[in-house]
Amino acid sequence: MTRKDPSGGLIISPIKNGTVIDHITAGEALNVLRILGITGSTRECLSIATNVKSKRMGRKDIVKIENRELCTEEVDRIALLAPQAKINIIRDFQVVEKKGVEIPKVLKGVVRCPNPGCITNANEPVESTFEVLPKGLHCLYCDWLVKNDIASHII
Amino acid sequence: MYHIISIRDLERKELDYLLDRAQEFDTGNYQPRMLEDKLAALLFFEPSTRTRMSFATAMARLGGRSISVDSVEASSIVKGETLADTIRVVSGYADAIVLRHPKEGAARLASEFASVPVINAGDGAGQHPSQTLLDLYTIRQSMPIKGLDVGLLGDLRYGRTAHSLALALSLYGVTLHTIAPGGLEMPANITLELRERGMEVVEHEDVEEVVRDLDVLYVTRIQRERFPDSASYYNVASSYRITPDLLAGVRDHLMILHPLPRAGEIDPAVDQTPYARYFEQARNGVPVRMALLHEVMK
Repeated sequence: MTRKDPSGGLIISPIKNGTVIDHITAGEALNVLRILGITGSTRECLSIATNVKSKRMGRKDIVKIENRELCTEEVDRIALLAPQAKINIIRDFQVVEKKGVEIPKVLKGVVRCPNPGCITNANEPVESTFEVLPKGLHCLYCDWLVKNDIASHII
Repeated sequence: MYHIISIRDLERKELDYLLDRAQEFDTGNYQPRMLEDKLAALLFFEPSTRTRMSFATAMARLGGRSISVDSVEASSIVKGETLADTIRVVSGYADAIVLRHPKEGAARLASEFASVPVINAGDGAGQHPSQTLLDLYTIRQSMPIKGLDVGLLGDLRYGRTAHSLALALSLYGVTLHTIAPGGLEMPANITLELRERGMEVVEHEDVEEVVRDLDVLYVTRIQRERFPDSASYYNVASSYRITPDLLAGVRDHLMILHPLPRAGEIDPAVDQTPYARYFEQARNGVPVRMALLHEVMK
């Protein structure tokens, strides 16, 4: 998975099939894994690099996941944490698709409403629904506004 | 299908239309049996006297009938039924559903599962649009709403009637004066939203400094449970109490409103002054709710 580079550091090697998420906001790689449901008990083969030097961002994180291609909903979640992230879909060592992430206008089932009194936190057959506004996420059920620490509310 | 869920969903012209309709019902300018063959389900999962009775009265005045659930204990909710299922079932019984529920957003959820119109009669600390409409209606009975100076006094942090009313007033070019004890101020995001809507919002700590400049003073209840102990509650509550002495020198046309029930915010001696309009406001619940019921079921 890794090889030595001449300067003595470790460089992540290419993957054959799967997804490379590049340009993740520095320090958010572990949150990206969390929202993708990747934990210590799942079986994906992963490479993670954090605080890597980046010309564009200063520092960035990179995540490589073997044998898994991300679906649109997963990409939406990543957009919340790392709006500059780039998703590369790899097949047979080739990048077959490269796309940026885009925060959708409405997030369904992605973020849990922090308002304990919100009906979406009761035992009802309904998904949380937020509209994405410049000032934060607005719950379309209870009107709560999530401004800070969105990562901790991601389902 | 037309639901009445949140005051945010209504534009100025829709508010004006509903207020005009309420006025027609108020002055007797309507067919008495307009909803003769209609049935409204009043689902009240939280205590309510005025709202529930005025919806039932409004339905009866239009010749319609209502069926009701008056408490969670008397419903299938105790058996673990979801609100979504209750709504789907009741949709098969009635022509409209009037819902009061302790969870915020409950009426929005109900509107998604109902096959008949839903009217929100208060969802937790959230919205209570029929209250806001009757507040607007009461003001408009006396004077045009546009350009007024309106004071909101009391618990502006948790008070849903204050939030809804402020949002509605922002459509009328009103200057809003907020007067709240420390810790119970209007939430910053609501104040921001009001200002984004172009409203001038002036914050005050003391009612005395502003009461003479107001056309409307809207008083809300300061709830004892918001305070750590009785002493601090009484200390705050007494400094926000409306008394005849406080009203010396106010504008002649000042109207004092309160969504009721009151718990001591307004001295009963104020009831005798021409400024006290809260009982008239409560009575206006009937024509306003007649307008809403007719609008969703016509």
